[in-house]
Amino acid sequence: MGDASAKRPLPHLDDHNRAFWTGGAEGRLYILRCRSCGAFIHPPRPVCGECLSDAVEPEAVAGTGVVDTFTVNHQPWHPALPPPYVIARVALDGVPGVYLTTNIVGCGVDEVAIGDRVRVTFLPCEDVHLPVFEKVRD
Amino acid sequence: MARVREAFITGIGQSQIGIGLPRDPLLLTVDAVREALADAGLTKEQIDGVATYPGRVTQVPGFSPVGAEDLIDALHLNTRWHLGGGELTSQLGAVAAAADAVRTGQARHVLCFRTVYEAGAMKFPGQKPYVPRGDARVEGPSQWFAPFGALSAVCWVAQYAMRHVVKYGLTREQLAWISLTGRANALKNPRALWHGKPLTLEEYLAGKMIASPLCIFDCDRYSDASTVLIVSAEDALDEVSSIPVRIAASAGCTYRHSWDQVEWMASYPTGRELWKRTDYRPEDVDTVQLYDGFSFLALTWLEALGFCEVGEGGRFIEGGRRIALDGELPLNTFGGQLGAGRLHGFGFAHEAVVQLRGQGGERQIPGDPRVAVATSGGGPLATALLLARD
Repeated sequence: MGDASAKRPLPHLDDHNRAFWTGGAEGRLYILRCRSCGAFIHPPRPVCGECLSDAVEPEAVAGTGVVDTFTVNHQPWHPALPPPYVIARVALDGVPGVYLTTNIVGCGVDEVAIGDRVRVTFLPCEDVHLPVFEKVRD
Repeated sequence: MARVREAFITGIGQSQIGIGLPRDPLLLTVDAVREALADAGLTKEQIDGVATYPGRVTQVPGFSPVGAEDLIDALHLNTRWHLGGGELTSQLGAVAAAADAVRTGQARHVLCFRTVYEAGAMKFPGQKPYVPRGDARVEGPSQWFAPFGALSAVCWVAQYAMRHVVKYGLTREQLAWISLTGRANALKNPRALWHGKPLTLEEYLAGKMIASPLCIFDCDRYSDASTVLIVSAEDALDEVSSIPVRIAASAGCTYRHSWDQVEWMASYPTGRELWKRTDYRPEDVDTVQLYDGFSFLALTWLEALGFCEVGEGGRFIEGGRRIALDGELPLNTFGGQLGAGRLHGFGFAHEAVVQLRGQGGERQIPGDPRVAVATSGGGPLATALLLARD
């Protein structure tokens, strides 16, 4: 039972997560990266978990990746999110060690499989651009 | 120089278990305390420590309505050591910490408890879980899941289960045996939430899908209950009249707390770590009481603890014979959370003690059980206790 007037739960923006949640306004997916050792940092924090440097800044990444795993959610948890929908964990190309929990959109819920190639697309919600993914069809 | 003592579970107690119980959660706690004190042969004046997980929580209705300090205050306990917090290695981490407290002489008898009132709290209006109130934005770790509708732990556990389906060939017909075994054992536990309500494989397979591959019968049910364990020091055992069960080892490992940033759930490193801290081996274990808030977690614990190879859990439990009450490795003999109710971790240690003492009644496993494993959590957090009557 969807409710068209209901809003998705949205993140509270702060200095650490703003690039991730708003980069979609310019069509970019930003992940924090350590300028000292090159490691990617997610969830965003003002320190590199590998070398402990605090020289971290957002870097635009390719926005493509692979479905690492997923589930088809059938339970209505929230009025703004009518089931069924696919919740997936996407491994990003060129961003070792980082996964994103997201939705796979633009296809039937029974069309998603582990290993599927996917590409980011952004779902604007107020000042947030949620990075969701669609299957790459080629 | 101070001597390091052994730690024992000397008293166990449990309230009634129900949905929407009209009894105040503090009184449910006291019901379990009374039973545990009587079981151990102790009085409240002898309790000098209290431990609970996750402490009093007000944000989530009924999740943890009674904190350590609430109980200390209400029962006029004079404590030398106490603990009530959520940043532990999951629920039984409070028991592991209590064991360390008595080993190092900081307390002699620690009353450990976990009280849940999630079903009762839902009877009150405006306390629907999972729906952020008003326009409040999501902060902290939830922000990485909530916007995508991953609003329950089942959405996260299901993804690990799906990986087992694809990578290792896990089937619903195999996974069913965690739930079916729990429900079968609940038939022999008069206190169990699902006592008198059998579940068949056909009913399981027809169960409403929640988050594939997990259906309604793979998920525990909000319950109201309290469970108490008294942990005592070796040199205080002469004050106790029960059969003590030794906490032979404990472990709780975490790689990353973020659910979606790890390849393996915390159960796996925790299971491996447990055996580094004891001379016992998996083949010495007579029964396992493994966290099954979601069925798949119990399956991962079987793999993590080395009872079968990683990926073999489905084939290990298939058909249910091996993990039945009279099987080679009886699982969740009280029903687990899927059969007895969402006791949230403490029920597993409680039942391990029941079985090792031979007090299981109709559900008592055969032979002379001496070694059991009890676990809690398994996702981002995990705790394993090795319990022995030796």
